[in-house]
Order: sequence, then structure tokens, then C-alpha cells
Amino acid sequence: MTAGGVQDTTIDAFGADERGWFGDFGGRFMPEALIAALDELTDAWHDAAADPAFGAEFDAILRDYANLPSPLYLAERLSEQVGVRVLLKREDLNHTGAHKIRNVLGQALLTKRMGKQRVIAETGAGQHGVASATAAAYFGLDCTVYMGAVDAKRQALNVARMQLLGATVVTVDSGSATLKDAINEALRDWVASVDHTAYLFGTAAGPHPFPSMVRDFARGIGDEARAQCLAQIGRLPDAIAACVGGGSNAIGLFQAFLADPDVRVWGYEPGGDGVETGRHAATIHAGDSGVLHGARTFVLQDEDGQTVESHSISAGLDYPGVGPQHAHLARVGRASYTPVTDTEAMEAMALLSRTEGIIPAIESAHAIAGALRDAPRLLAECGPDATILINLSGRGDKDMETALEWFSLGQPQGETGGPAS
Amino acid sequence: MANAFEKARADGRAALVGYLPAGFPDVAGGIEALQAMVAAGCDVIEVGLPYSDPVMDGPTVQAAAQQALEAGFRTTDVLRTVEAVAATGTPTLVMTYWNPVERYGVERFAADLAGAGGAGLITPDLTPDFAPEWIAAADAHDLDKVFLVAPSSTEERLAMTVAQCRGFVYATAVMGVTGARASSSELAGPLVARTKAVTDLPVGVGLGISNGDQAAEVASYADAAIVGSAFVRTLLDHPDDRAAGLRALSALTEDLAEGVRRGA
Repeated sequence: MTAGGVQDTTIDAFGADERGWFGDFGGRFMPEALIAALDELTDAWHDAAADPAFGAEFDAILRDYANLPSPLYLAERLSEQVGVRVLLKREDLNHTGAHKIRNVLGQALLTKRMGKQRVIAETGAGQHGVASATAAAYFGLDCTVYMGAVDAKRQALNVARMQLLGATVVTVDSGSATLKDAINEALRDWVASVDHTAYLFGTAAGPHPFPSMVRDFARGIGDEARAQCLAQIGRLPDAIAACVGGGSNAIGLFQAFLADPDVRVWGYEPGGDGVETGRHAATIHAGDSGVLHGARTFVLQDEDGQTVESHSISAGLDYPGVGPQHAHLARVGRASYTPVTDTEAMEAMALLSRTEGIIPAIESAHAIAGALRDAPRLLAECGPDATILINLSGRGDKDMETALEWFSLGQPQGETGGPAS
Repeated sequence: MANAFEKARADGRAALVGYLPAGFPDVAGGIEALQAMVAAGCDVIEVGLPYSDPVMDGPTVQAAAQQALEAGFRTTDVLRTVEAVAATGTPTLVMTYWNPVERYGVERFAADLAGAGGAGLITPDLTPDFAPEWIAAADAHDLDKVFLVAPSSTEERLAMTVAQCRGFVYATAVMGVTGARASSSELAGPLVARTKAVTDLPVGVGLGISNGDQAAEVASYADAAIVGSAFVRTLLDHPDDRAAGLRALSALTEDLAEGVRRGA
């Protein structure tokens, strides 16, 4: 088994055409100034994907540096709670704590191959920023990370991590001062620096080739999980599940199973306070078709097409757009996308922590919560041997402050010493 | 539109194209400002449609757009603005990111823009190869299609882009976003020459022009100097005194208008 995911770029029924269209979604809605760079990137990516030496180098870095392939773990105590067999793809054990290391190492390796010396990235919670700073340190590249001022304040520890790794962190005050504005600012940097700079886009969204390229760098998640599942239980799972913000971990898992018609594909979107409150980031469930950050996709927008601010307790899912391949999979019915609220996600975070000794990222907890909710249906359809494979996309260390506040943790619950009075 | 460029050419000078976002500082104030720019010498007007995620704009235009949005700007306000400015007889285009048009309905927007007397659209994040709907709607309503060319455009893309342009071609002088710049661009001249080699359309140069001297320099090799951020900055600098803002706007326009005459 290989850890990497660049070996197969065959255009399939659910993939994009050569102009980046996934059915009605995707494409490239970008300033002309960036088109030459996007073409150059597309050519370099195709060229690298066809080069066995590139694939071998990528696999070796993932194996020796990023701790991949990640295990597929049968979560027995969680299975009892959920009611069906649960397999967890342990991306939380990767270097830097999430699936995102796959994408940045792939893009940074490509950057090196293209002879560029500087990388830029956007980040919301800081996870992609930390991963990008890590990859830049690994390859000896200059790195600038754009982060909304609101996010930088919420995630000061990740700002410190990026700085320790040698990256420059630039805070963005414009607009809502969150992830979408960080992307805007990174694009503005890129327009002016494109001759020597690569943009390490953090999710499988944006203009072609990013949705396909990021997916292919992340698709090791699904390729590994599929092989591991066959080896461990002798068949494919009945359902696969992942959280969907921009959607890179989800598409990285889904891609390997799309051609297996019996495998149900479930994406869970951040429902925030509840979709009915308007404070959410459930883009596919509640958004409309539009153009954001270079692609046509589902967008949270008002009736004039102005982007609406999203909300999720999980900063990594707090984005008003979504990768265009997910929009396509939703439209053709190959995958279903349903919202999971902040409360459901936090309950799932606690459940996984207490049943398995695994503290998940709040992002990943959305997938656990969704699986918990949809398990009875799977049990009814597939019987007692029903199996769901969930991508545990990241670990929860970064979320302890949120958890501390949400669960009122941190206070001693008992004392020893004096006799009870 | 063609008339404005022909007239400038007959005068032996370049045209001056001026930009402000609609709804800034408010809809009526924006109309008044654009009419002042027309009176002081702008040959063509670009009305910006404020958008929440303006990736091609620097801090100055961002600030104005954000102010307009916070004050409750609606897409229909841009059409009202166009109608009022076009009534002066000056060709008036809308410069807009794509999503607001897609949301309004491409055909409906084209029809309403034509109905308001608008000349066409400038589309900074829409290139001709992803614009079949807009091209069809523009052709149906006889609207100008102004696409951008950049220093990084390949020869192939330059030819493809100008073939789809109507009205003029917008050449971005620098690799970067909107905003005044102290030094003139070394990239603009060669880009205009490459563009003119493949089209007879007028070629305007924008990004970074903020005074008469810079306009004069651009006028020496291009058909129009396009100015945006400098006008926006002038209004931003007079937040509490609109009369003073309008006077400063007129003075800047006159300086730029003198520049496009001096440089050609």
C-alpha cells in the first residue's frame, strides 16, 4: 500500500473536466493576472503526477516525516454506543495533528519542483497555517500566512506555533476579519508576487486546479482506508462519513469510494446554532449556487450575492463556501450533506473522549455526531454487521480552550485531606 | 463608448476614465461625486458595484466598498447611479465582481443595465473563457464587454481576450491590486504595445495612476488613463465636509484631464 495519492489522476465520472468543471460547479473565476500562474500550476501538477519519482518522494516524506499511513482503528466501545461497527481513520495521529499535512507537503514539494522560493497560505483556526509553516520549514521555503484578526485573537497559540516554525503571520482586518478575508488577502498578495510565490491553498476549493489538486494530495486518506478496511473486515464499509467545511478531508476520503455504489457517502456540515437561526456554515444544505474565491459552488449569500458571515464553533469549518466537487456530488445525489449543530458536535467530542480515550478536533466531532445520528438508519438497512468508516480528521488539543469553556472544565471536582464534616 | 474615444483621439489626446463605487458615501452622494467628475473632465465613468470579497482591490477601494455595504447598498443602487450619470451623456460602465451579477441574473442584469443607459461591464474576476452567459447577454443588449489583460497574459490569452472585448481593453499596469502608487509602471508600456498588436480597440491603462504627471505618461502610449483609488481616497479624506470633498474631486479630475492632454 502506498500512502501518497498522486498516482491516479484519471478523470472519472465524479471528477472535473480539463477546465475544472465538476458538472455545473467549479471552473476558474479569477483575475486575468493569475491565469498564467494557474495554468503553470496545472501543468506542473499534471507533470508531477505522471512522474513516478515525484510520487515516490511524496510517499517517502509522508511515511518518514508525517507518520503515514494512519491507522484504521476499530473503536469497540464507541461502536457499542453508536449501535453499528465504527472504524476510525486516525488522521489525528499525523504530524501536526490533522489530515492537512498531506496537502501542504504535496503542494510544497510541487513548489520546490517548480523552482519557487516563497509560499503563502490562508488560515482560519490556524491548522492549515501551522501545516504550511511546517512544510515550509521542512523544505526551506519562505512562508507568509494570512489570518483574520478575529481568528488570530481566538487562536493565539497557533499564531505562536507558526512564528516558532519561522513563518510570518499577517493579520487581516478587512471584511469580517475571518477565513474568507484571509483568503482575499492571500490572493491579493499572490497577484503581486506570483512570479516567485506559490499559494498553498488550504482546502479543495478555489479556482481550478486547486479543487482537484488538493483532493489528489489528500486522497491517500481514502485510498489507505479502503485497503485497510478490506484487509481488516474483508469487505467495504456500508457508509463513510466526514465533516465538510471547505471539504478537503471529506473529499480525500470520499474519492476512493465514489465508484462503489453500495457505499453510502455522508458529509456533515457545521450547523452552528441550528440552520433555522441563520448562525451556521451549512453551505450545501442552506446555501445557493454562486461564485466565491474563484469557483462556482454553493455559497452562503444574501439576495444580492454578498457573502454572508458563517458561524461554527469549529473555526476549521467556519467558511461560507465549499469545494465544488462536493457541490457536484450533492447535486447528482452521490453524497448527502446534512448539518450537525455545535451542541451535537461538542457532545460527540465528549463521547469519543470518554469511550475511546481520543480527544477529537471539534471539526472531526461533527462527523462522529452525524454518524451517531444516522447509525439507526444504517442498522435498519444493513443489519447487525453494519459498518461505518469515519474520518477522524484531526486531534482536539487546539480546541481545549473551547472545550474548557463549553463544558466548564478546569475546576477541581473534589479534595482530599480533611475528613468530611 | 466608441464616441468618447474617437473624440479624444480627434483632440489628439488620451481619454480619462474615472471610477467610484456606487453607494459611497451614500447613493445620492456617489451620484453627485460622479457628476462632478464628469463636469471636470472625465470622458468615461466606471461605477463600481461594492462586493463583500473584492480580491482585486487594495485597502482604499475596499474601505469605500465596505462603507457602502454597511450603509445598506443594494444591487439596484448601482443601476440608479448609472442612470443618473449616463443622463449627462457620458458613457457609463459598471465594474463588478461576478457573483452579484450572477445572483441578480445575468440576462436580467444586462437588460436592466441597458435600460438604465449603461454602456457595459468591466469584469475583473471574469475572463472571456468563463463568460459565455455574459457574452450572450451583452451581445443581445448591445453592451460593451471590457475584459482585463495583464502583464502576465500570454500572447494566446491576449488574442483570445481582445477578440471578446467591445468598447475598450483594460490593461492592468502592474501585477497587483488597485491603489495609488508613487512610481510608474515599467510593465504597462510593453503590455499596451503587445495588446495593440492584436487589436484595433482602444486600450486603457489602470492601476496606480493618481496624478496628472502619471496620467500624462500613460497618455503617451495608451488610449486612456483609468483612475480609481485616487478619487476614492479624495472622498475618504473629506468624511465630514462633502462640499470640500467635491471641490477636491474636481481639482483632481482637472489635474488628470490636463495630464491626458499634455502626455499624448
